[in-house]
Amino acid sequence: MLLEQLSEASGVSGHEEEVRALLLPAIRDRVDACRVDGIGNLIARKKAKGSSSLRVLVAAHMDEVGLMITLIEESGLLRFAKVGGIDDRVLPARTVLIGDKKIPGVIGVKPVHLSEKGEAEKVMEWKQLSIDIGASSKAEAERLVQRGDYAVFATEYRSMAADLSAWRTVQGKAFDDRAGCAILAELLSERQDFDLIAGFTVQEEVGLRGARVAAYAENPDVAVVVECTGANEVPTTRDVSPSTRLGCGPSITIRDNSFIADARLVELFTNVAVQRGIPHQFKQPNIGGTDAGAIHRSRAGVPSITIAVPARYIHSPAAIMDLNDFENTIALLREALPRLSGALTPLRRDA
Amino acid sequence: MKEIIKKLTECFGPSGYEAAVRSCISAELPKGVEARVDAMGNLIVHKPAAGKGGRKVMVAAHMDEIGVVVTHVDQKGFLRFGNVGGVRLNPLMGGRVRFADGTIGVIGMEKVDDASRLPALEKFYIDVGAASPGDCPVKVGDVACFHRGFEQLGTRMVAKAMDDRVGCAVILQTLKVMEKSPNDLYFVFTVQEEVGLRGAATSGFGVEPEIAVAVDVTLTGDTPECPPMAVALGAGPTVKIKDGGMLAHAGVKDWLMRTAENAGIAYQREVLVAGTTDACAIQVSRAGVPSGCISIPTRFVHMPSEVVDAGDVEGAVKLLSAALSHPIDIGGEKS
Repeated sequence: MLLEQLSEASGVSGHEEEVRALLLPAIRDRVDACRVDGIGNLIARKKAKGSSSLRVLVAAHMDEVGLMITLIEESGLLRFAKVGGIDDRVLPARTVLIGDKKIPGVIGVKPVHLSEKGEAEKVMEWKQLSIDIGASSKAEAERLVQRGDYAVFATEYRSMAADLSAWRTVQGKAFDDRAGCAILAELLSERQDFDLIAGFTVQEEVGLRGARVAAYAENPDVAVVVECTGANEVPTTRDVSPSTRLGCGPSITIRDNSFIADARLVELFTNVAVQRGIPHQFKQPNIGGTDAGAIHRSRAGVPSITIAVPARYIHSPAAIMDLNDFENTIALLREALPRLSGALTPLRRDA
Repeated sequence: MKEIIKKLTECFGPSGYEAAVRSCISAELPKGVEARVDAMGNLIVHKPAAGKGGRKVMVAAHMDEIGVVVTHVDQKGFLRFGNVGGVRLNPLMGGRVRFADGTIGVIGMEKVDDASRLPALEKFYIDVGAASPGDCPVKVGDVACFHRGFEQLGTRMVAKAMDDRVGCAVILQTLKVMEKSPNDLYFVFTVQEEVGLRGAATSGFGVEPEIAVAVDVTLTGDTPECPPMAVALGAGPTVKIKDGGMLAHAGVKDWLMRTAENAGIAYQREVLVAGTTDACAIQVSRAGVPSGCISIPTRFVHMPSEVVDAGDVEGAVKLLSAALSHPIDIGGEKS
């Protein structure tokens, strides 16, 4: 299954080759043309049925958050830096895979017996941590890894409680945004009444860098970003927003920290969801950012929207996603995309 | 100009929802003028050059204002909200907001343990008179502006959203009073300035000007115990030298100052420590655009009551129309 392969692939920002190598054969026969641009984005084009002047970019990012080896100590332990937004609390005692050879390592943490009073209550800052690959010296370690190698969390994709729950949950890493990549690959099986440009972008987690150049090069009229976003409805005593909820369908972004979604597109996706009975939710405004942040302000401006699969515990070694949400996101996009051209009524001077 | 400033400042227009402002400005445009709305919602008005040899100039003022966005409706019908742009916490408590449909909300605050410190935005909520999500007229994602009317205080004018409706009024008035110009002029009423100069970035690319001037508000240093700044209300519009995001192009700055001096228009030299304007985004559009800024000194910026001086506003119109009416020299080689 493509989602499983994508989730287990290593593809930290700046090193997305493995993800691209999985996607290329999966989409090649579904599109008219494919290219990898100068920064590493995989861009595929699928021409419209008949002729159309509308060009729509649908984008999902291939990269994931991870680590980079910065220093090999005399002891053989590895120092690292974070690539993208990772909470220090999720790092200690995690298993990782380093470099293209997938060298296994452990982010070491002192056993409770040896911790001094008060030490165990504190969050270790990433700078204090190191990765242990079982090497007894710097020389040994250097035979396996080198400075600049990337590391990912060593997480297998698994199904959970399949027969017990109304949810069809799976756990894995990098659903942000391999879920989006899998959905976008799936959408390419259909020809639309507009020129479809699929952008599998790089370096989203470090500042929307791939999307910026992809949007400039492709110069689309509209953009739809397919994402995986954080759900946080785990019980709380305060009646505040959970951002999104697991099992409640695709989330529609109205605004986040990177962009304000085009109101016509929000209306289109909402109406389609209501009419087709597809569960959906609105993401809590002002949280996070996506490739739409870069795409919407490309050139003279691109009306954009983000549609996302909710998942708990994203940007950690193990996120949990409901396959019902995943499939409902595909369903919403399948239903809404054919109605895109009709939805873009021109903005009026006297609205 | 009092009437148009009143009308514009009382319009609803938080970032991303500028349609009412755009509509108000469109209705005020001189007959037969060429205007269009771009993909982001910027209103672009073109006044073609009369004659040859002029420069292609973009003048920008932003239509959007700061506000709030609903992030959650709780079980009792209270709204939690986030900021749209640089919202200050001080004036929130007891303040009122207005939604696009006219719904009014009152801002309240949870109890705080330390009354000497302002709590985080998450501690505030809005009461729209609802008792449950079911009877709440507002939903997640809806935006609201601060709800305050326009007032005249002697020569001063006070309103919400002076930032930057006063700038919109200045460029609109300039467009109305200006006679023929040798320059090819684009008056752009931009969107989404308060959330990151987004409309200016895209309209700057689309218009592709040779020179750009933003008209926006700036801070003053003339109120009790305020941070020092050599700008005072009533002493004329300012010509920007630097702000938190840009260095004004030296040639553009000199052109504007020279124009003011030749025309006998009082102006002030502006160095703003924090904050920036649309000119910051236009300046780095495409291969770069020599850019500057004329500012209206404004007290209490990003508060629901922003105060400007009528003379400064008139001065800005005189300065801008004088600068645009004649051949422009910003030094260097003409491209």
